Amino acid sequence: MAHNKVIYGLYNDEEDLMRAVKVAKDQHLEIMDVYTPFPVHGLDPILGLSESRLHIAGFIYGMLGTLTAFLGMSWIFTKDWPVIFGGKPYWSVPAFIPITFELTVLFASIGMVVTFYVVSGLGPGVVNNYLDPRITDDKFCIAFDEHDLDASSAGSFFKETGASEVHEKSL
Amino acid sequence: MSSYISPIREPLVTGNKTYHQITEDLASPTEKAPGRAWIIGFILAISALAFGLFCITWTVWHGIGTWNLNRTIGWGWDITNFVWWIGIGHAGTLISAILLLFRQKWRTGVNRAAEAMTIFAVICAALFPGIHVGRAWVVFYFFPYPNTRGPLWPNFNSPLLWDLFAISTYFTVSLLFWYTGLVPDFATVRDRAKGFRKKIYNFLSFGWTGSAKHWQRWEALSLVLAGIATPLVLSVHTIVSFDFATSVIPGWHTTIFPPYFVAGAIFSGFAMVLTLMIVTRKVLNLQDYITFAHIESMNKVILVTGTIVGVAYLTELFIAWYSGYVYEQFAFFNRALGPYWWSYFGMMFCNVITPQFFWFKKIRRSLFWTFLLSIVINIGMWFERFVIIATTLARDYLPSSWSYYSPTWVEMGIFIGTLGLFFTLFLIFTRVAPVVAIAEIKSILKSAGDQYTGPNAHAHDHHNHGHENVMHAVHSTEEKEASVKEAGTILTMEDDLKRLEGIGPKIEMTLKAAGIKTFQQLLGTDVSRLQTILDEGEGNFKGNSPESWPEQAKLAYEGRWDELNDLQDRLDGGKY
Repeated sequence: MAHNKVIYGLYNDEEDLMRAVKVAKDQHLEIMDVYTPFPVHGLDPILGLSESRLHIAGFIYGMLGTLTAFLGMSWIFTKDWPVIFGGKPYWSVPAFIPITFELTVLFASIGMVVTFYVVSGLGPGVVNNYLDPRITDDKFCIAFDEHDLDASSAGSFFKETGASEVHEKSL
Repeated sequence: MSSYISPIREPLVTGNKTYHQITEDLASPTEKAPGRAWIIGFILAISALAFGLFCITWTVWHGIGTWNLNRTIGWGWDITNFVWWIGIGHAGTLISAILLLFRQKWRTGVNRAAEAMTIFAVICAALFPGIHVGRAWVVFYFFPYPNTRGPLWPNFNSPLLWDLFAISTYFTVSLLFWYTGLVPDFATVRDRAKGFRKKIYNFLSFGWTGSAKHWQRWEALSLVLAGIATPLVLSVHTIVSFDFATSVIPGWHTTIFPPYFVAGAIFSGFAMVLTLMIVTRKVLNLQDYITFAHIESMNKVILVTGTIVGVAYLTELFIAWYSGYVYEQFAFFNRALGPYWWSYFGMMFCNVITPQFFWFKKIRRSLFWTFLLSIVINIGMWFERFVIIATTLARDYLPSSWSYYSPTWVEMGIFIGTLGLFFTLFLIFTRVAPVVAIAEIKSILKSAGDQYTGPNAHAHDHHNHGHENVMHAVHSTEEKEASVKEAGTILTMEDDLKRLEGIGPKIEMTLKAAGIKTFQQLLGTDVSRLQTILDEGEGNFKGNSPESWPEQAKLAYEGRWDELNDLQDRLDGGKY
């Protein structure tokens, strides 16, 4: 890995964290990542995160499901093995609607969930470097890569923004 | 900044919790040895499950003839139980998806358990079609796959096949939704665990770090899944009702079935959530997270859906008479006064009359009554399915085929077995995963915690200048200083100036940049100096007047919060 050392500060409250992120952005400091115990609303725009495109992926997967179901049933009942049920036409479109809908939902959900884990680098058996075990409890963390910001200026940033703790960790 | 919170909204997290306490309270049941109540429950559940497995084996070994089904009555307890379990499985997705879309904060206390309940109920439901087809070992013929028999495909025009697709999809989506919600909480448990447990939770938590980007995607995913799960949950019971409604049997062939099945499903699902949660909150000490506000909200949903079901029953009766169709008229006459009259009256009493008790606030907020009525409703909804299935089939077009059906011990045993399976899975779930969503409770703490809202709030934020920062104020002295030593830095003490009316986060930053960091400093600054700071600061503060700030700061500095609140009520945006 390119980075060797990470310096991170812990805050006790999400309000402190948001103020600190804003200060870092004003000072044009390169934040490596921000870690929180729960989704903090209003953090994304301050941090400059672009909106997630998962829903677009979901739409595409959903359409794939729609086509698979509808074209599949159409092919089976008109070309592969046409059967007359209850005197209805072979290609009885209204009767295909429920399964088409279900497969749309199924494809969209499975596709989106898999995409979410893959793009986030998460999944069964994945072990990441966890900076601090209290991040999943009650601490809000801003981390800098030492390549981007040396320890002393990071330290003074954390001091200035009211971090409760500052630590260094090698990854 | 934050959305408006009505002062009459009840707090949803009581006990003046901090983030850390929430973690402690909700993660600790997975870390302790089970109590006696749990062990007794587990033994009972697993015994019922074992008996159920025996009865299933008996059925598969000897054939479906071990059930009392006959030529006239082809569906009995099997499909009654199937529809009953599927109905129960509706509350979970309703709570997690529809209430998420409506931004109902009370969902956070019960969504995790309700979703788990959904998944377990669907497993129980899926068992019945699997074995009632008779040859359970070729049940995969249901699925369309390129096979060596032609390939011969299933009938895509059949509601029974739609049902297969609906339930498989529902199960899969509910499972994904539930597990994705669990991942951050498994990470919380992982970070508290040691040794072998840590390894297990490390695996279960998928390497979750809590990165801001991951949270953003996680929320986007939850929202879209909720968006598509909402029509899904409505479609599932609609399609279950098609199993009946698309037939030409009088009493089944009605267009009211889809909406009335969906309402009935939600009705019974919430009843089961309440039955489970009233016990769970007691055993696991979750009274601060599943409050009377939650119970009352669920009882209101029961009242609404129960009334819809009642209206649907009466509409059915009216339409049967009004249609002038003698077979339909007979079907309903037979339901009420035929050989199964007792199940019809059981259904009417349990589903139409009992939920009406929830008009009374005292009953909605009584644990005893809620628990009792939730069980009555579960029984009533079972009767409803039995009435629809057995009474209708017992009297068909040809009086010579008329018959009567009562179950054998095998059929009853399988039903008991599914109850055992359901409770076994639920009891294991309460030991393995946090029953209440930890991260989601934390995210509503500042808007629904009892220290921030409701009658006991000591951190009132009447005018909504962003969330209050009590934690910060309370903890700053000891906690910060202790941790500061550790970090080797010294921090200056600061007050949360946003507590004063007229000061928002931006003005606070401007004031602090100008050296005014505490209430004490603010009360000693005169108004013209404050005006200069605002004028020179970055941003447009023309609408803000600092005239009342020193007076407010004085009250805050002296800790006279009640007087400050009174003053703030009189002020208009910080102006006299």
